[in-house]
Amino acid sequence: MKSTLTNTDKAMNKITDRYVYIENVNMSFETKKGSFEALKNINLSINQGEFVSIIGHSGCGKSTVLNLVAGLLLPSTGHLFCAGREIAKPGPERAVVFQNHSLLPWLTCAENVYLAVERVFAATETKAQLYERVTAVMALVGLSHAADKRPNEISGGMKQRVGIARALAMEPKVLLLDEPFGALDALTRANLQDELMGIMTKSGATAVMVTHDVDEAVLLSDRIVMMTNGPSATIGEILDVKLPRPRNRLALAEDKDYNHLRSEVLRFLYERHAKKAA
Amino acid sequence: MSAMSLEKESLQSMMQEAETKLSHATEDGVAANDETLVISLPKVKTEKKPMSIETKLRNDKIYALMKLALPPMFGILLFLGIWTLISHQTPVLPGPLNTWKSALDLFAHPFYVNSPDDQGIGWNIVASLKRVALGFGLAALVGIPLGFIIGRFEFMSRMCAPVIGLLRPVSPLAWLPLGLLVLKAAGPAAIWVIFVSSIWPMVINTAVGVSKVPQDYMNVAKVLNLSEWKIVTKISFPYVLPYMMTGVRLSIGIAWLVIVAAEMLNGGAGIGFWLWDEYNASNYEHIIIAIFVVGIIGLILEQTLIAIAKRFSYE
Repeated sequence: MKSTLTNTDKAMNKITDRYVYIENVNMSFETKKGSFEALKNINLSINQGEFVSIIGHSGCGKSTVLNLVAGLLLPSTGHLFCAGREIAKPGPERAVVFQNHSLLPWLTCAENVYLAVERVFAATETKAQLYERVTAVMALVGLSHAADKRPNEISGGMKQRVGIARALAMEPKVLLLDEPFGALDALTRANLQDELMGIMTKSGATAVMVTHDVDEAVLLSDRIVMMTNGPSATIGEILDVKLPRPRNRLALAEDKDYNHLRSEVLRFLYERHAKKAA
Repeated sequence: MSAMSLEKESLQSMMQEAETKLSHATEDGVAANDETLVISLPKVKTEKKPMSIETKLRNDKIYALMKLALPPMFGILLFLGIWTLISHQTPVLPGPLNTWKSALDLFAHPFYVNSPDDQGIGWNIVASLKRVALGFGLAALVGIPLGFIIGRFEFMSRMCAPVIGLLRPVSPLAWLPLGLLVLKAAGPAAIWVIFVSSIWPMVINTAVGVSKVPQDYMNVAKVLNLSEWKIVTKISFPYVLPYMMTGVRLSIGIAWLVIVAAEMLNGGAGIGFWLWDEYNASNYEHIIIAIFVVGIIGLILEQTLIAIAKRFSYE
């Protein structure tokens, strides 16, 4: 199961081996029509520094898995752990990049990031140091020029980058991305995927990303978790993506391994677990 | 600057074609410019076939202005016409002209004081505004925080719902005897009536706003692990502000609506009392003037609050 090539040395350690650990998790929601079982028997362990994608048809509960790791939801039964501690509530060590960016429209981009920085580091650092962090992370996502703009003054791609900056600014142990590029056009999405790859290499953080984009999953991930359709969705298969890094989307387009992996995911989604037309 | 000089050039060419007295008018200043434009435009149209861009733009501007200004003007004229007609049929009702003359007399000395019961209209307006400010201010002081608490905690919302539902539809004046009974004075009783009838829109709108804060923002707050204070100042309050301002606007409207009735019953200084007093003194023009004064002040209050609300809107 040692799937990461970059972190084989770290993977020897017990904690880093199961940095994020999901154990026998079931999730049911109470609805007016009775109990609805969204997830059944989810088991997953993610190593430190690993990039894992969760892919599946819409409604399969992949976002629910992410929300469980984030602590925004608590499992009906089972346990989740992060860095050896049970996940009981949300916290800045598990930063979330939301699907719709969720920036506060009345704050500037820098102020949005500052809100996160302040919460995590204000106890130990001076104001100047906090501002320095904001400046640094805005530069990291290439948005220094837009720091003083309000979210409604910038494009969708830029908003999502601010969302990523806000999450990264907290120096999280785990970065959780909920369909981060789903609402963007194809070109912007490709750009941001490349940027995210660069950022993740630099920061070395662990990441879990929910997506419905097969190319995105193969390009970015070390492993792809493929989920069966709900209700009672579970993990169908896990695919190791042993493509060397750094990855280049143009080179990969012709690559045999890449295309094989891609068709593996497609086969899972459209042959074995095809979703009936709603 | 270049646009200005262009405008002057085209103006000059137009002036050459126009009559000499028009060119005199334009020299007087900008205000006169508009006038000459309106008059000389038809000429430009007929004499110069290919219309310059500036003239066309100006034409469009005047057209847009007329489109904006004409309907309200027609409305007011129609209103004055109907009023005149009715006043001719019923001689006891003063017509627009008599009312206007009477208003000129009245507003020549707005701030005289003969006795507590006989003061200028200015003092009466001030007295009413003071009452409204006090009653409405107290209502805002209690209503807005109450709205926040009700919106934030479902328990409080359920707890207060039956009481608010019961008290809100009560007619404002129904509270007056209770106020007189407990407060034992007319002045505080009027303020009490304004307080109790203008508090509800602020409570309800604030509560609705707070309960509508998008779950996405609350999730951000949870992930960032923000304190309750930070949630209120950085998320709830900015989000709720437009809702709150709507409540404030409705409340001040109600407060101003209620003050006239309350003062009529209470006596003392105030525009409502004055209206009633003038009726008793058979100064019927003054009744109509009072109605206009109440209307215009209400309009100003409302527009001021709309302007403030726009200022605070984050969009």
